[in-house]
Amino acid sequence: MTITFSMDGKEISVEQGLTLLDAARENGTDIPTICFHEATTSNALCRICVVEVEGMRLLQPACIVQAAEGMKVQTRSERVVRARKTILEMLASTLDLSDAPEILTLMDQYGAKADRFPEAERRESAVKDDNPMYIRDYSKCLLCWRCVQVCADDAQYTFAINFEGRGYETQIGTFFDHAIPETTCVLCGQCVGVCPTGALKPKREYLLEQGLSPQEISVMNTGRKRRSKVTGQKSE
Amino acid sequence: MQFVAVSIIGCFGLRPRNDIRFLAIPCISVYTLHIGVPMSEIDLTRLHPVLDSYIPLGRSGLLPALHAAQRLYGWLPQEAAAEVARSLKVPLADVHGVIEFYSLFYNEPVGKRIIRVCTDPACALKGADGLLHHLCSHHGIEPNATTSDLSLTIEASPCLGLCEHAPAALVDDKAETNIDLEAGSYELGRPKSIVDGSLRLLTAHCGNGTTSLAKYGEYAALKKALTMKPEDVIAEIKSAGLVGRGGAAFPTGVKWEGAAKADGAPKYVVCNADESEPGTFKDRVLLLDDPHRTIEGMCIAAHAIGATKGYIYVRGEYPYIVPALENALTEAREAGYLGERFDIEVRLGAGAYICGEETALFESIEGKRGFPRVKPPFPTTNGLFDQPTVINNVETLCNVPLIITEGAAGYRRIGTEKSPGPKLFCVSGDVAKPGLYEVPFGVTLRELLEMAGGPSTEGLDKERLDPPLRANETDRIQGVLFGGAAGAFATSAHLDVKLTFEDLRAAGLPLGSGVVMVFNETRDLRDVLKRLGKFFAHESCGKCYPCQMGTQRQMEILDRIAAGNVLDGDMRRLQDVGWTMTDASLCGLGQTAAGAVLSAIKLWPELFVER
Ligand SMILES: Cc1cc2nc3c(=O)[nH]c(=O)nc-3n(C[C@H](O)[C@H](O)[C@H](O)COP(=O)(O)O)c2cc1C
Ligand code: SF4
Ligand code: SF4
Ligand code: FES
Ligand code: FES
Repeated sequence: MTITFSMDGKEISVEQGLTLLDAARENGTDIPTICFHEATTSNALCRICVVEVEGMRLLQPACIVQAAEGMKVQTRSERVVRARKTILEMLASTLDLSDAPEILTLMDQYGAKADRFPEAERRESAVKDDNPMYIRDYSKCLLCWRCVQVCADDAQYTFAINFEGRGYETQIGTFFDHAIPETTCVLCGQCVGVCPTGALKPKREYLLEQGLSPQEISVMNTGRKRRSKVTGQKSE
Repeated sequence: MQFVAVSIIGCFGLRPRNDIRFLAIPCISVYTLHIGVPMSEIDLTRLHPVLDSYIPLGRSGLLPALHAAQRLYGWLPQEAAAEVARSLKVPLADVHGVIEFYSLFYNEPVGKRIIRVCTDPACALKGADGLLHHLCSHHGIEPNATTSDLSLTIEASPCLGLCEHAPAALVDDKAETNIDLEAGSYELGRPKSIVDGSLRLLTAHCGNGTTSLAKYGEYAALKKALTMKPEDVIAEIKSAGLVGRGGAAFPTGVKWEGAAKADGAPKYVVCNADESEPGTFKDRVLLLDDPHRTIEGMCIAAHAIGATKGYIYVRGEYPYIVPALENALTEAREAGYLGERFDIEVRLGAGAYICGEETALFESIEGKRGFPRVKPPFPTTNGLFDQPTVINNVETLCNVPLIITEGAAGYRRIGTEKSPGPKLFCVSGDVAKPGLYEVPFGVTLRELLEMAGGPSTEGLDKERLDPPLRANETDRIQGVLFGGAAGAFATSAHLDVKLTFEDLRAAGLPLGSGVVMVFNETRDLRDVLKRLGKFFAHESCGKCYPCQMGTQRQMEILDRIAAGNVLDGDMRRLQDVGWTMTDASLCGLGQTAAGAVLSAIKLWPELFVER
């Protein structure tokens, strides 16, 4: 069954059951997203996708709210823009967005200022480099929950990671902060694949960024004994 | 080390959900530690018999099991946490996530005795900071620290629901009230109830210790309800016009009808006794002094919707309520009111205001972090354990026996046409007689404050009051925090507003949980706002971005304003953050976290610019 509703004054018809985000994408309307990912459960965390729906007191997250017959939706009203801009400015004052180009682009689009909140306490933590496959740099984590979900019942059922703390102090973590090899992690890499900000990064990519050569990396990163003195030495 | 490395096709690749689901590898247990945790002095043999009773509950037994383990060891060593995980079959990382969420669970050693001093507004007015400082310097530690011999931990705490006794503290599981620093005196144990007002219907049995079943009398309202058809009970509640007293003001009959009509069994009745809204203490008094009224209300709700199981979720900072409640439940079972048909379990929270939000409360009973769920679906169809559920506040449930006994028409003789019934107000702060006041809807704020003896000057620098305050000079207040931290400020201009849903709405004031916290002319409202900011930053669950970051940014700005370091544009920052939280947050916490601040900006813009 199709339903008809209005988005930014334009009548559009979509299959019933689609979210406002799906409907917008089908019709070429741009609604930004951060936490949304096709492969993981939508929890409507980031609220960057909020839109104004006539008759609703509060802004509605487009990634989970279904389009309904006769709805009147504004995707760029003043309230929407204010919320998106403020969320982006708060993100910039909280974490290191240097590996999140999509968010930096959004900030440009919405005129969000990275220094809007002076004297803000940032979420900073040391890089966790405790396994041969990936590093965890939670200073870049924007708490999209994807890694936790793919590690749990969205995909892998390994349940190696969960949350530490709450509120602003939330961080992704293991049981009593054990190193990854001491957890149930199977090094499947699903979490690294879904991380949007470079907080989880393949170890090799990280080491390359740190200035190591591929040769140096393959020696140190096999997790096996060095093969021979010849490859172990720098030949360059 | 039993570490299984499995390589997987599509490493680091994105693929649709159904694809990746196939990659699940059920070959290793996620419930047991695969490493040799250093075996310390933790004696797990003491834990096993304790855990046995929680094993049948599965994951839902997680909070009770962690409470039990913490009672044994004083904190939650990882060996004990791992044992809980193994017994209840909960993934290790999830157990750790739960411990980390609740502020009353400790994953490192704390003192044998823990003193929690409330530093929220009502207590701050009565010298909470001085009390905290005095205790800390006396024991030679900083706030939120433990003595080196692990004998004592002292913490600054969010509101303990003892506001009429301010300043107040919680010492292990006992309330500390009537604190007089100079005399060095205090009372420890079950907090006294101070109950007054022009009505004594809901509070008929409050004020004289716990009312036994013998004194409460038979459950006459339940007996009457059982002779009625469930739909007739619901019709009675509906025509009585009862709306929820937990803050959201939702019509109770409509809620019950939704759950009654929903498909699915079992159905649940949940009593929300998480009461953590700063300034609120009514449910503490109702449950502690008259538990049978709430239990009877729950039994009637169970009959109306066809529920077989009930829960009372009591906030972790009210441990002293649990024995009184358990005792009342035993009495009710022995009298045959509870049993096969419907029975009730008590659950104790563990320090999280957000677990008062109904869906977060369900998650907590289910043994998870208290993250609110996205709504819809609503609890009436998908509540506790995803089953049809009615969740009501303690005070709401206490109205139910009254409605059934009196009939809707009789009940409607109290209060106003649009706000029928009696209402409890938690009056605290600068009034002569802080306490719980029962009145009919429709009295004015002035009348309520006069019942409470008017504004108080006790302990104040009277010279700063110009001209000096006379007794009962109600106009001389600076502000009233209405509805709690999640509420808004009123001023003396609002004194003649009638306390009804409709009049308050018109005045832009939320009734909330019935908080009326008074600040006299000498009070520094910036300091009050700073404490509210800290409260929300501490209590945000962190799930959605507007509130997770917004409560933190709001706190930082309010901190510097209180310290006199206002930056250019801070008012605008507070407004942008406040509007964004209000408009875009996922749950009621974020949606109201800026209410008091935004109302203060309207009333007193001068507070937010350089002095
Ligand atoms: C952050 C937050 C905290 C809440 N705390 C409580 C509480 O402590 N007690 C309560 O009854 N309702 C509380 N509520 C409201 C509940 O979500 C829910 O509306 C209420 O329990 C329903 O009962 P009622 O209809 O009888 O009021 C809270 C809501 C939010 C958003
Ligand atoms: S580590 Fe990456 S995937 Fe995980 S929550 Fe943070 S940003 Fe999201
Ligand atoms: S509004 Fe606050 S408390 Fe509610 S879900 Fe969002 S972060 Fe959590
Ligand atoms: S994309 Fe919709 S809430 Fe994050
Ligand atoms: S107990 Fe201190 S403010 Fe409520």
